[in-house]
Amino acid sequence: MTAATLPILSVNNIEVIYDHVILVLKGVSLTVPSGGIVALLGANGAGKTTTLKAISNLLRAERGDVTKGGIEYKGERVDRLSPNELVRKGVIQVMEGRHCFGHLTVEENLLTGAYTRKDGQAAVRADLEMVYGYFPRLKERRRSQAGYTSGGEQQMTAIGRALMARPTTILLDEPSMGLAPQLVEEIFEIVRKLNEEKKVTFLLAEQNTNVALRYAHHGYILENGRVVMEGSAATLRENEDVKEFYLGLSASGRKSYREVKHYKRRKRWLA
Amino acid sequence: MLYSIFVDPFVQMVELPDLLVQVLWEGVVAGVLYALIALGFVLIFKASGVFNFAQGIMVVFAALSLVGLHENGVPAPLALVLTVAIMYALAWSIERIVLRPLVNQPDIILFMATFGISYLLIGLGEFIFGGQPKMMITDQLMLPRGAIDLQILGGRVTVQKLDIAAAVIAGMMVALLAVFFRSTRVGLALRAVADSHKAALSVGISLNHIWVVVWFTAGLVALVTGIMWGARSDVSFALQIIALKALPVLILGGFTSVPGAIVGGLIIGVGEKLGEFYWGPLVGGGIESWLAYLIALVFLLFRPQGLFGEKIIERI
Repeated sequence: MTAATLPILSVNNIEVIYDHVILVLKGVSLTVPSGGIVALLGANGAGKTTTLKAISNLLRAERGDVTKGGIEYKGERVDRLSPNELVRKGVIQVMEGRHCFGHLTVEENLLTGAYTRKDGQAAVRADLEMVYGYFPRLKERRRSQAGYTSGGEQQMTAIGRALMARPTTILLDEPSMGLAPQLVEEIFEIVRKLNEEKKVTFLLAEQNTNVALRYAHHGYILENGRVVMEGSAATLRENEDVKEFYLGLSASGRKSYREVKHYKRRKRWLA
Repeated sequence: MLYSIFVDPFVQMVELPDLLVQVLWEGVVAGVLYALIALGFVLIFKASGVFNFAQGIMVVFAALSLVGLHENGVPAPLALVLTVAIMYALAWSIERIVLRPLVNQPDIILFMATFGISYLLIGLGEFIFGGQPKMMITDQLMLPRGAIDLQILGGRVTVQKLDIAAAVIAGMMVALLAVFFRSTRVGLALRAVADSHKAALSVGISLNHIWVVVWFTAGLVALVTGIMWGARSDVSFALQIIALKALPVLILGGFTSVPGAIVGGLIIGVGEKLGEFYWGPLVGGGIESWLAYLIALVFLLFRPQGLFGEKIIERI
């Protein structure tokens, strides 16, 4: 990790309960260094999305609640703030499945991202050009309704929309979902560029462990609402278990999924 | 029998074109007012997914506040400003007291809550301003009175000046709203909220703020409607019945479409008057009160999303 200095965001042992009964996160802790790219990895239902939503506080709109632990951003407790207060502070989430405003044009979508800003039209315009610089394709489609653009363009719109808020930290949920491998690569390249050029900190949730570990500096592996492993991306990539369970590799090279025993895969971490 | 249904009315229309114009005009005026009420419904439905049963009462309440304030010695312009402030306070309290605690509840609960709001407003209005019908302060608001006779198609058409004013003001109101939605920051946020609550939350749009704005806008529309409708008859709680006319307008125009509300209102208004005048006598008159619902029923069968209902964009 290069910029492994101060943690900009730290999640301390949080527990999340949905609907007052469903315990989803059972004590998750993680820290995100300022200027880093941190990946949250794990299978479906591991708690990646819930962790991100607990940070951005979109959780409460889904009847979820952080019942234990706390979340700090720049040394300040933020777990009781509303999503718009967090966006003002510089933490914005790009939700899984894009969630563009389908009936608005691409450009209008981007402009909604600047809703919380108070620094005037000119600055917003300038940032719009900046976003088009990173995503030239969006400029071509600026007048089309977002609902009719392709999945990749929608993902770009969603990320661009978040950038319009001038965030310091973007919580990126499953950017690869439903996209062709080439596009996934393109999106991650832009994430890296934004991280290097704009110093945006990323916390991203991904199922695609392979891609995520290539671009992230640090990774956390979640299973059943717990962090079961963490480390720098390089160490995780080399870890035998990660190789076997998440990258589909084993000591004897590539392994067929038929030979993997499922009960074994589950037991392994919890033991 | 068939002749009197399918041929005779049209013969009459052609033979006496001036009468037809008069009926059409009456229809347009009624339609404009229906459209305004429907507009109030659409605004709230789009932004918060709530079918606001209280919209009709808001019309009465706004008009009543205006007239009541004036009766108590407040000059008309000031009364107008104060009424606008009252509508803002109302929007704010509804968001604080009703919508915020009920967030994430099923739609039907919010719908029932608007029932509560409407009865509360009836009670409040009667308590403060009394239950008797009142006269709208037409002159003090500098609305024109009287009628103009126009020579059209070899006949005479009488047009109330007030109706012209109503149509013009309604048109301006719609144009203003359109500009507000298209090219302001809050307007854009409103459309974003209407599109997806979750995504709007994620980019930092405060739903609570937007709800206040949208209920306030609906309150302003209600005030304009109340003034216009009150000037044509009088200001009383009987006015709330016209809110039920907004229902067929909405079914016709689509619940989520502002242009739909306008076109739907005009179609219902004109259809109603034409039906009453040319076909009404066949059944002894009085079809005006239910014809709109019949038209809506036919629409529900063939085009349930309405004329302009939002198309659901689906990518394959």
